[in-house]
Amino acid sequence: MAPSDDPDRRDFIQGVTAGGLALGLGAATSADPPADVGQPIPMKLTINGQDRELQIEPRVTLLDALREVLHLTGSKKGCDHGQCGACTVLIDGRRVNSCLTLAVAAAGGQVTTIEGLAKGEELHPLQAAFIKHDAFQCGYCTPGQICSAVGLMAEGHAKSDADVRELMSGNICRCGAYPNIVAAVQEVQQLAAKENP
Amino acid sequence: MSTTAVGKPMDRVDGRLKVTGAARYAAEHDYPNLAHAVLVTSTISKGTIAEVVTAAAVKARGVAAVVTHKNAPKMKVPEPFGGEKPSAGSTTAPVLNTDQVFWFGQPVAIVIAETLEQARHAAQLVRVTYQEQPANLTLDSAGKVTTPKKIMTEATTVEIGHAERALKAATLKVDAVYETPQFNHNAIELHATVAAWDGGKLTVHDTAQFVFGVQADLATRFGLKPADVRALAPLVGGGFGGKGVAWPSTYLAPLAAKVVGRPVKLVLARDQIYGCVGGRPPIRQRVAVAADKDGKLTALIQAGRSATGTTNQFVEQFTFPARHLYACPNIYLTQETIALDTCPPTFMRAPGECPGTFALESALDELSYQLKIDPVRLRQINEPDKDPTTGAPFSNRKYQEALALGAEKFGWNRRTPEPRSMADGRMLVGLGMATATYPVYRMPGSARVAVSADGTAVVQSGCHEMGMGTATAQTQIAADLLGLPVEKVRFELGDTNLPFAMVAGGSSQTISVAAAVSAAVAELKGVVLKLATAGPLEGLKPAAVAVRDGGLYRTDDPASGESFASILQRAGRKSAEAKAEVMPGAEMQKWSMHSYGAQFCEVRVDPDFGTVRVVRFVGAFDVGRVMNAKTARSQFLGGITMGLGMALLEETHRDGRTGRIVNADLAEYMVPVHADVPAIEAYWVGDPDPHTPMGAHGIGEIGITGVAAAVANAVYHATGRRVRRVPITPERLLAAPRDG
Repeated sequence: MAPSDDPDRRDFIQGVTAGGLALGLGAATSADPPADVGQPIPMKLTINGQDRELQIEPRVTLLDALREVLHLTGSKKGCDHGQCGACTVLIDGRRVNSCLTLAVAAAGGQVTTIEGLAKGEELHPLQAAFIKHDAFQCGYCTPGQICSAVGLMAEGHAKSDADVRELMSGNICRCGAYPNIVAAVQEVQQLAAKENP
Repeated sequence: MSTTAVGKPMDRVDGRLKVTGAARYAAEHDYPNLAHAVLVTSTISKGTIAEVVTAAAVKARGVAAVVTHKNAPKMKVPEPFGGEKPSAGSTTAPVLNTDQVFWFGQPVAIVIAETLEQARHAAQLVRVTYQEQPANLTLDSAGKVTTPKKIMTEATTVEIGHAERALKAATLKVDAVYETPQFNHNAIELHATVAAWDGGKLTVHDTAQFVFGVQADLATRFGLKPADVRALAPLVGGGFGGKGVAWPSTYLAPLAAKVVGRPVKLVLARDQIYGCVGGRPPIRQRVAVAADKDGKLTALIQAGRSATGTTNQFVEQFTFPARHLYACPNIYLTQETIALDTCPPTFMRAPGECPGTFALESALDELSYQLKIDPVRLRQINEPDKDPTTGAPFSNRKYQEALALGAEKFGWNRRTPEPRSMADGRMLVGLGMATATYPVYRMPGSARVAVSADGTAVVQSGCHEMGMGTATAQTQIAADLLGLPVEKVRFELGDTNLPFAMVAGGSSQTISVAAAVSAAVAELKGVVLKLATAGPLEGLKPAAVAVRDGGLYRTDDPASGESFASILQRAGRKSAEAKAEVMPGAEMQKWSMHSYGAQFCEVRVDPDFGTVRVVRFVGAFDVGRVMNAKTARSQFLGGITMGLGMALLEETHRDGRTGRIVNADLAEYMVPVHADVPAIEAYWVGDPDPHTPMGAHGIGEIGITGVAAAVANAVYHATGRRVRRVPITPERLLAAPRDG
């Protein structure tokens, strides 16, 4: 299927164009922005299995849509530049920086945030392992670390501690819980490997 | 008190909140009709604002107001931090009430709009022009040089014997200059404030390590009674000192809220934090050490210059470690500041001890090669029997035990002494060590303890959790004091509606709050005893009963007593509570009170590229009794990790012409990432200090001390190249002359 045949993809391109246009003009020297800058558009996102209708500007990032519009504040903003990983969420199972993803670009995908990992009271094994291994201190980077680790396990490339370190390096922890994060991820990975050899 | 919970590796009480995303940090508090504020910051380091053109921003969609120095309500500038009254004043610059620019990145306008995107867009439309003046930006500039009258409560200059004379007379000596650049805290949580006015009352959710300081600061600025300001920060996403005082964003959010008459959220962008929040200042230090042929120190000199601001007087106390570590008959220590036109510097994890130990412990390592004495042995030889500069007895110094423990766990004895003598294939291997140290500080504290008829207890103090595990450790402490299981105790913190607590700084919080909780429990005994009008406790004086097993028990008949719940139920009361305020005693004057440790590092260095990889790190610490073995270990790991960043990665780069910070982001200001951090081991001696509450010391800061020196010393051992300027980048390493 060509990209233009895909309605979600077409909406996405239009949205990005509108958003990009707004950002571009915002940075330009013209003191008078065009009248349509900041015009909200309707979009539908699927967050943690729930469909959510939003009326927001195309330039709104997925992270800001989650935090400021939907009040799902588990996803964190640490840099807004894709450098710290605190905003990591899963889209269709892949880990992405939600601060570098426009909300419109997530339309049509299944977005999973930290709030969507536990099954009711039952924590996701990684969440439980993070508590057990004290794999955080202040807790601010933690949702991103955990979502990233879920993505990492799905990718299936990390075999050794060194692999985990390398492939989790997009998630900064300033408190320095790295050795404990590696221990937590490895414990869950190895348990999963035993259960599903 | 029986220690059932204290010391155990208990999981964090807020762990579930933090792993599920339910933990709410400052920026995550919502109010009806909340508006978003974005700052515009200065693009010069010094001068005056010539013109601010706001017309386009004001007209932009969704904009509620644009605030500049032309239209901002006047605020009163509070006393700077460190005075008589609790204050969190970061700088005396009257930000947004002046046309003066004191540093690059100073806020010069606030744009408030319906949405974050609208505010950010309109902020780009504000045009500011300046009349620029030459700025002092480096340690060698024409900035005002001052020898501070005092550094905190200590003399700036310490002189014992004749250090220069002894140095001159010595043949085995080192006399070198060490430099550390500016560092920035870079807590991952962005500085943020949500401010809401309700008539003349103000509520702020702030990224704060000192809610009562924020309260005092805002009360002064806006002419309010402190009781009319409520500051909340129950969870902080990392601080490291960067959130210890009220930086401009903390009061610009309430200012903006006042102007637009609605609640406002202000979150700094990552690059703005480098301009709106101070970092650790750059420092240049001379360290000279001399010893006799047996390794006994004969001279110790540490002197140098740190940067401060033109609008604060922050002094980084880098000569403090040398005042207490080693026996030496001739000591000279002094320091001065130079006032720069940069964002005023501030506390960053172990201010003083962190850069001070880099220089001192590097110099001792250099001396060890001159003496041909093992670096660990050198530190055993120079163990003092009393504080070398104050003469005070040590409260409970267990440095030698920590040193021996670390050396054993690390396997120091496999080290061959010569530089470049160990290799792994083509990689050079180096083993280095350094001493860690941090003072024991204790501050005033207060707490409220309430027990309920349902058998639970609530303990409150307006202290702070930013990763240290405060609520967890205090829950354990309170549980043991009350004789209750930890599940029955809840600890509440981070709110000015709770009993007063000082700044979460100086590694002082655990013992300061524990002392208050302990005193409150003692008070509670009398309160509950009055309710025991029947039963085994009837008519007894407080001295005749002890708090134990969730109740009161006779000291003359320990089997006889009654639970709090039972007493309260019979008295028809839901709960009983008591509050206590505790000041630190005179112990700091009487004893030399410090924590100690030994840091051991193994590196692999590529001889061609000069790249350094830390492959193993061991820290062993003497920190009194540890309150929670799990969270304490994490604190040590975290301190060591930040020290690895200082040693190899971190540096705030400034454009020498404009003062702009050119690496104001997390890709170019490099902090350690997963791949930079090896297996780290942390151990502790665990001997309780008889002169502190709970026998404990603070542990948040000692972990970073000595780390950069241990790495630099390991790099020298691997390569024969001495790098006296961190971070040890490949270009600095390859440019350093090679011995051996």
